[in-house]
Amino acid sequence: MNKNQEPVLLRMEGIVKEFPGVKALDGVNLTVKAGTVHALMGENGAGKSTLMKCLFGVYHKDGGHVYLEGNEVSFKNSKEALEHGVAMVHQELNQALKRNVMDNMWLGRFPKTGPFTSERKMYDMTMEVFNDLGIKVNPKTVMSSMPVSQRQMVEIAKAVSYNAKVIVFDEPTSSLTETEVEHLFRIINMLRDRGCGIIYISHKMAEIKRISDEITIMRDGQWIATEKADDLEMADIIRLMVGRELTNQFPPKTNVPGEPMLEVRNLTGMYNHVKNVSFDARKGEVLGIAGLDASGRTEVLESIFGIRQRKEGTIKLHGKECKNRNSGESLKNGFAMLTEERRATGIFGVRNIRENTIISSLHRHKKFGPLLGKKSQYEDTQRYIDAMRTKTPSQETQIRSLSGGNQQKVIIGRWLLTESEVLLLDEPTRGIDVGAKYEIYQLIQNLAHDGKTVLMVSSEMPELLGVCDKILVMSGGRLAGEVDAKTTTQEEIMTLAAKFA
Amino acid sequence: MSELKEKGNALKAMNAKDRKRAIGDIMMNNAMFIIIAIAIVLIALKEPAFVSVPSIINIINLTAAKLPIALGVGGCIILAGTDVSAGRQVGLAACIAASLQLTTNKLFPEMGVQAWYVALAAVIVVGAILGFVNGFCMAKFKLHPYIVTLSTQLIIYGIILLYLQLGTNSGQTLSGMNPAYRELITGELFRIGNTVVPMYVLYSVIITIIVWVIWNKTAFGKNMYAVGSNEEAANVSGVNVVRTIIMVFMMAGALYGITGFMDAARIASVNATTGLNYEADAIAACVIGGISFVGGIGKVSGAIIGVLLLQVIFTGLTYLSVDQNLLFIVKGLIILVACAIDMRKYLVRK
Repeated sequence: MNKNQEPVLLRMEGIVKEFPGVKALDGVNLTVKAGTVHALMGENGAGKSTLMKCLFGVYHKDGGHVYLEGNEVSFKNSKEALEHGVAMVHQELNQALKRNVMDNMWLGRFPKTGPFTSERKMYDMTMEVFNDLGIKVNPKTVMSSMPVSQRQMVEIAKAVSYNAKVIVFDEPTSSLTETEVEHLFRIINMLRDRGCGIIYISHKMAEIKRISDEITIMRDGQWIATEKADDLEMADIIRLMVGRELTNQFPPKTNVPGEPMLEVRNLTGMYNHVKNVSFDARKGEVLGIAGLDASGRTEVLESIFGIRQRKEGTIKLHGKECKNRNSGESLKNGFAMLTEERRATGIFGVRNIRENTIISSLHRHKKFGPLLGKKSQYEDTQRYIDAMRTKTPSQETQIRSLSGGNQQKVIIGRWLLTESEVLLLDEPTRGIDVGAKYEIYQLIQNLAHDGKTVLMVSSEMPELLGVCDKILVMSGGRLAGEVDAKTTTQEEIMTLAAKFA
Repeated sequence: MSELKEKGNALKAMNAKDRKRAIGDIMMNNAMFIIIAIAIVLIALKEPAFVSVPSIINIINLTAAKLPIALGVGGCIILAGTDVSAGRQVGLAACIAASLQLTTNKLFPEMGVQAWYVALAAVIVVGAILGFVNGFCMAKFKLHPYIVTLSTQLIIYGIILLYLQLGTNSGQTLSGMNPAYRELITGELFRIGNTVVPMYVLYSVIITIIVWVIWNKTAFGKNMYAVGSNEEAANVSGVNVVRTIIMVFMMAGALYGITGFMDAARIASVNATTGLNYEADAIAACVIGGISFVGGIGKVSGAIIGVLLLQVIFTGLTYLSVDQNLLFIVKGLIILVACAIDMRKYLVRK
C-alpha cells in the first residue's frame, strides 16, 4: 500500500511558540495523512506536548499555520477543536469521576427531549458507539469504579462520537497491561482503517514500531525528521531523539547478590487481595516484580513499607523482625519507597528542591537540640543534584516547575539520602525519557553493586529483564512464580501473570 | 536581591508584547499592595495626622497585639486548612485570664488574685487543649478544617457564656483587673515623644521570633510545610501526618491563648463578644501576606506584613471617619480580592 497517496488531513507548518526566555517550538512541521498512524517522538521537554497544546488552542502559537483538510484553522480551545473533528485522548484523563460513563460521553451536549435531558437517548447513543468499537462497558457504570484502561476506552468512544478525523493519543499505554494494550491497538487500527489520522505520542519504542506508519521526531523544540516507520530502526530513533548514540538500553550488570537479607512471609493485605506472598531477597540483588495491572504488585511494596495495612505477614531484615507499621517506622528500620504516582504521593509541588530532597532525612540535620543546621541541608541537596545530574536552575526552584524526569530524580535523591538498605521502587521510570531512564537503570545497578537490596515493580517487561536478577510474578494478588531474569522469556512471565488472573 | 535582578534581566530580554504581559502579571500579583499603597497616599494627603509619629506608633502597637493570632491562623492555613474558631478561642482565653486577675471576683468569690504566670499558663493550656481537639478531629476523622472549627467555635462560645454565668457574675462584663497584671502588659516599654510603646509589643516580637524559628529551623516546621503541600506524599515520606496536624493546631491554640491574655489587659474589660470576628482579620492578614490557601506556602514575614497593612488601612479609614459599619464590607472585600489574587499565582497556566 502506498501511503503517499493518502490525502493530507492535518498539516502544521513552521509552528513557533516562545515562552519568556525560551523558544519552546522553533518552526515545527507535522503532516498527518488520512488512514495512517503518525508517531510523534522525542525526549521529555522536546516540545511534543507544547505542539499539541498549540494545535488545541491551549497555547496561543506565536508563528506558523495549521491546515485541516486544506483550510487554515486556529482553534481557540479544545472544545472548538473537537467540534471540527480534532480530538485528544489525554495521558491523564480529565473526567468527571463521580458521574457515570454516558454522562461523561455527552457532557456539554446532552441529548434532549424538549427542555429535559433524555437518559434513554443517551444510553442508546452510547451503546451504539460502544458496539461499533467493540467496547464492553455498561454506560451506567460510575467512572471512578472502572480501571484506567476502560476509562480511556470511554474517552476514545467520546472522540469517535464527535466524528473525529484526527485523534491524538498522548502516552495512552502508560498505565495499561499487555492485554489492554492489545485491545487499544485493535481500536486504533480500526480507526485507521476508517480513514482517521492518528497522532500517537509515546516513549515506548516497541509500540511505536508496531503501530505507526510514519514517525516524526522532535528534539529541543525543533523538528528533526519525519520518516516511514519501516525505514527507521529502533537505534536510529533513539539516536535522532537524543542526538547521540545510545548503544545499550541497559547498563552492564556488575552486582553480585550475596547473603539473604530480606525475608517476607505470608504477606496478606487487610483491605486488598494480596494473599500469602512470601519471598526472599539477597544483599546486592535487584528483585523485579512483574504482573498485570491490579495483580497486587504495588500493594506488596506498599504493605512492606507500612503505608497499606497488613492482615498478616512478617518482614525480617537480617533475621530481625520489622513491624513497619507506618512509613516513619519503616524508614528507621532501613526501608525506603519510591511510589508510583509521582504527583499524588511523591512531590511537594510548591516547595523547593531542597525541602523535597531532605524531608525524609531531617534527623541528619539536627544541630542544636531540635534546631536544624542550614549548611548540611545545602550540601546534601547539592550532592544529589550533582550525582543525579538533575537539571534545575537552583535549589530554591519549586519542584513543580521541573520536568517529570527531573522531579523523579529529586525524589530518588530523597530516598537515597535516607541510606536505607532496602529500596522499594514502584515504576521508577514511568513517564521518563530514554536518556533519563538509562541513568536510573545505572543508578539501580550501582545501588545493588554497593550492597543494597532493590525491589522494583514495572509494567515494562524488557526493563525488568534488563535490570533485574530475579523476577517475582504476581497474579490476582498471589505470587504466581519466581523466574531468573537471565534465562526467562517474556512469554514465560506472561503465562505466570495470567495464572490466577 | 539577585532574584530581582534576574527578573529585571528577563524582562529586558523579552519582546514588547511579552514584556507588557509580564509587567501586567507582576502588577496583578501585587495588586493588593498597590491598592493599599495608593490608599495610604490618598489618606495621608487628606489627613496629614495619619502619618504623624503618634499615629504610626499606634498602628505598630495594634499590629503587635494582633500578630500572635495571625501567626496561629497562618499555621493552619499553611496546612491547607483554616481556623474559624480562632476569635472565640481568644475570647475564652481573655475571659479566663481576666477571671484570674479580678480584684473583686464574682465568678470565684473564694479565690484571690492569682499571679500573672498562673493566668498565662492557664490560657496556654486551655488553648493547647482546644487546638488538640481541632487537630485531632481533622487528622483522625479526616474532617474538613472548616467544619471542625465551625463546630468548635460554637462550642467555645457556649463555654464562654456558661463561664461568665459562674458565681454571681450572671454574664456581666469582667473589669477591674489586678493593676500589676495590666502594668505587665500595657506598661511602658519606652516612649517616643509623648507616645508610649507598651510592653506587649516586646512580647509580640519575642513570640514572632519563636514562631519563625519553629517554622524555619525545626523538623516540625519542615513537616508542617510538607503536609500542607501534599499530605499523601508526606505520609509516604516518613512524616507523622496526624501528629503534625495536631501540633500545628495546638501551637495555634497556645498563640490564641496568649493573644487573649494580652487582650484582656489591653482592653481592660472582657465580655462574651471579646474576640468576635478576630479570625476574619487574621485570615485576611495571612492571605494579604501571601500565606496561601493552596497549602504549603507562607512565611512569618508575610503574616507580619499582612497584619500591618490591614491595620494601616483600618486606621486610615478611621481617620477619614468612615462609617464603622462600612468597615465590615471593606474587610470582606479585602479577603475576597486577596484570595482571588493569590489563587491566580498558583493556577496551572495553560
